[in-house]
Amino acid sequence: MSFNTLAYYWREALQSIARNSWLSAASVGTVAVSLLIVGIFALLVVNTNEFTRGLESGLELRVILREGQSRDSIRNLQGEIQKLPGISLVEFVSKEQALEEMKKSLKNRRDILEGLENDNPLPDAFRVKSARADQIPDLAARLEGMEGVDQVVYGHGLVEKLVSATRWARLAGTGILAVLCLAAVFLISTTIRMSVFARRKEIGIMVLLGATNWFVRFPYLLEGMILGFLGAVLAGSAVYAGYISLVSYIDQTLPFVHPVTDRQTIFMVLGGVLATGLFIGAVGSIFSIRRFLKT
Amino acid sequence: MINFYNVTKLYPNGVKALNDISLAINRGEFVFLVGPSGAGKTSLIKIIFREELPTRGQALFNGKNIARLKGREVPYLRRKIGMVFQDFRLLPQKNVFENVAFAMEVTGASTKQIKTRVPLVLERVGLLEKARVFPSELSGGEQQRVCIARAIVNNPAVLIADEPTGNLDPDTAWGLMELLEEINKSGTTVIMATHAKEIVDAMKRRVVAMSGGRITRDEEGGVYSNEL
Ligand SMILES: Nc1ncnc2c1ncn2[C@@H]1O[C@H](COP(=O)(O)OP(=O)(O)OP(=O)(O)O)[C@@H](O)[C@H]1O
Ligand SMILES: [Mg+2]
Repeated sequence: MSFNTLAYYWREALQSIARNSWLSAASVGTVAVSLLIVGIFALLVVNTNEFTRGLESGLELRVILREGQSRDSIRNLQGEIQKLPGISLVEFVSKEQALEEMKKSLKNRRDILEGLENDNPLPDAFRVKSARADQIPDLAARLEGMEGVDQVVYGHGLVEKLVSATRWARLAGTGILAVLCLAAVFLISTTIRMSVFARRKEIGIMVLLGATNWFVRFPYLLEGMILGFLGAVLAGSAVYAGYISLVSYIDQTLPFVHPVTDRQTIFMVLGGVLATGLFIGAVGSIFSIRRFLKT
Repeated sequence: MINFYNVTKLYPNGVKALNDISLAINRGEFVFLVGPSGAGKTSLIKIIFREELPTRGQALFNGKNIARLKGREVPYLRRKIGMVFQDFRLLPQKNVFENVAFAMEVTGASTKQIKTRVPLVLERVGLLEKARVFPSELSGGEQQRVCIARAIVNNPAVLIADEPTGNLDPDTAWGLMELLEEINKSGTTVIMATHAKEIVDAMKRRVVAMSGGRITRDEEGGVYSNEL
């Protein structure tokens, strides 16, 4: 393929876009809106995945102890709990340790806890892990009845609820996404069809002059991919800018929530958005090229 | 180089445009295709160019069955054939140079090849000074010559012209015939469908006469019509 041929493809594609500028803009807009939602959705999925993973690994009960117990009675209680069936871990967490852990999870907003060292409101507790999540309610009831136990705290089916909620959200989101992507494909194929239609005479002459099918088609494929790419770039920048500012806002106001911020994951989401844009553009143009250039 | 064996063309509307045609055209020949309107001349040309497929019989180009060519082989058949269309088929938004260059561009030629070859061809048809002019600003004869330039720019083995003198005055028509003769002398096979009696009679070339889809006469150094 000569350089001239490549230049020809680009020239034709860009000319077509300029000629149908309104329809091209509409296609880019539709792709952008669809991919904006794709991007937001992908980041949401990444974050909930991260969040549920954190919850699952922390699937534990916290056995809060009554104030003012002797070391011996605490040690006895630990031994008794260890004997219960289905226990995988029992760990004593003193009130000082509990405060340290809380500070760690608050990271840069630890100033909230300033001054609590001298008057620590947190109780002593055991961290108890069960081998199976479905045994937790039974276990909790038994622990609650034991001597020296104030109360037992655990996430009443929170994990299960969250998992099923995200599954539904994912399903509904995928449906909406499919519809939006179809709309984008449809609009791009309409745009390309207009381009092909505007040039049907030229295409007929090209074919008679001995142009290969790919020579005829390629500018239209390129046109569709350019439109898809432009839409993806718009959506990608919006998603990126929006997410970055959301993350810094959350850091300021909700220090307990830790959104995913590692670059690799974010760039993977953005790369996915770009790839989807190119794909939508290619599929859209292939649809109309197929119908119009049967040769 | 072109062989027809019992070719019949039946259009979907039931018209039998070609009826059992057998014909052989050799490399370097100059052939006139004559006959009344509706005789089937254009249909015969379309089969060579694979714009239409024969209903029965075989049409070969360089020994290859034209109808059996795969879709991706068709462009390469068409590049071996320079077509001069009766209705020109020039692109109005491209100037003379670009119209001729387009035929090279389509084959993937480089800018350099185009820049050296196109002026040579325009020179040959006497249109070098009009290279930057658009088709709408040209006379019929000039447009016809652009078509010929475009048809020969890729050095085709065959030049096919369907009634190229149809809307030309006699002087311009003769200029065109001299050009075709020259092209033929340089080794290109030329096939020309025409109604121009004087031209055919004066050129003394092979004449294939058709009527009602059949070949009625095929002779070297023939004339347009034996009657009268
Ligand atoms: N695409 C088509 N569909 C149906 N019938 C056709 C088609 N093309 C040509 N015909 C018919 O086939 C017959 C031969 O037509 P063709 O164009 O080959 O004649 P011709 O010799 O080129 O005539 P002319 O000298 O007027 O150009 C005519 O009766 C014409 O009506
Ligand atoms: Mg005809």
